[in-house]
Amino acid sequence: MNAHLPDKTPPMPLWEVFVRSKQGLDHKHCGSLHAADAQMALRMARDVYTRRMEGVSIWVVPSGAITASQPEEQSVDFDPMADKIYRHPTFYELPDAVRHM
Amino acid sequence: MSSHAIDVTAIEQARFDERLRADRKIEAQDWMPPAYRRTLIRQISQHAHSEIVGMLPEGNWVTRAPSLKRKAILLAKIQDEAGHGLYLYSAAETLGSSREEMVDALHAGRARYSSIFNYPTPTWADIGAIGWLVDGAAIMNQVPLCRCSYGPYARAMIRICKEESFHQRQGFDIMLSLCRGTPEQKAMAQAALERWWWPVLMMFGPSDAESSHSAQSMQWGIKRISNDDLRQKFIDATVPQIELLGLRLPDPLLVWNADRGHYDHGPIDWDEFRRVLDGHGPCNRERLATRVAAHDNGAWVREAALAHAAKRNSTAKSA
Repeated sequence: MNAHLPDKTPPMPLWEVFVRSKQGLDHKHCGSLHAADAQMALRMARDVYTRRMEGVSIWVVPSGAITASQPEEQSVDFDPMADKIYRHPTFYELPDAVRHM
Repeated sequence: MSSHAIDVTAIEQARFDERLRADRKIEAQDWMPPAYRRTLIRQISQHAHSEIVGMLPEGNWVTRAPSLKRKAILLAKIQDEAGHGLYLYSAAETLGSSREEMVDALHAGRARYSSIFNYPTPTWADIGAIGWLVDGAAIMNQVPLCRCSYGPYARAMIRICKEESFHQRQGFDIMLSLCRGTPEQKAMAQAALERWWWPVLMMFGPSDAESSHSAQSMQWGIKRISNDDLRQKFIDATVPQIELLGLRLPDPLLVWNADRGHYDHGPIDWDEFRRVLDGHGPCNRERLATRVAAHDNGAWVREAALAHAAKRNSTAKSA
């Protein structure tokens, strides 16, 4: 038997897939896949991620087009703003007489 | 310079340990120990390979399924397996391993896949036994993986587990039909049960005492339940199903132990397990050769897709 030769086909671009599970809801990231172009990525996303009515709409985005925040900046970017607790409704004490607000 | 590098690693390691202790997920961009990354790439890619190679024993029966209904169901199941392979390859890719590297490692025989797929499917009852027992054992293994510490792997497993229970039920449904059929059909079901029982018990891996990766994987939150505990859980769940089918138990030592509250079972032939793992099972060569041929024969499709994309790109630019 011949030794196995590595595949010479160039790699397919990577796409991130977002699926809207039903009308009125957000598109949500559900995974990624490789495809030659956007049309083929859409078609594959349909087969890979929505075989059981998981969605009514799909977005595919080239993975390279996404700019992500860095984990090491997490504490700065997503500071819980403990000094601005007045942004939360629970900061305010209401008289018991106010039932719904 | 180097002492600074060590400090940074120590801080990152402490942060990683703290995250595991708090049972929070590790995500792709987060720092992780190199050995954690390597272990995950090995495990997730092997898992992906298993899904892909797992299509082959079943593909054998697509054209010979006994009815159009069974054929449609089998096709849907096999399509799911391909999807599961893709979810898992994607999860492994988030760790920095390329799809090409992983596929190449499988085809060159450097990467492993589940040994269970190196057994043949000589009768239609084997398709029933695979769904019922092999997928049943896979579910036992996979449900705890939904809580794995690595986020992308855990999310892929949640998706897979949702789809997997259809696989087990369709297999059991095949067995049920055969067991309610003619004596010959029931005998076929019995033979398939006996063929698959021991290899399926081996799917859970060596006993905890001998499993080389178990302890570290437990510590990392990759593995949540031990091999022996999962195997026991599978046996306890499956024996009543065997009885319900009206089949004979495949192991004379399989008896209820009231003291333990579990079934006892006979010794597992780990020499056979290692033989198959080392490439000497009944179908190892055939499976790999079929897989490599399928990939090679599909090369022109991948090339055509890329050529088509390039052409459309250039037309769009010039327009």
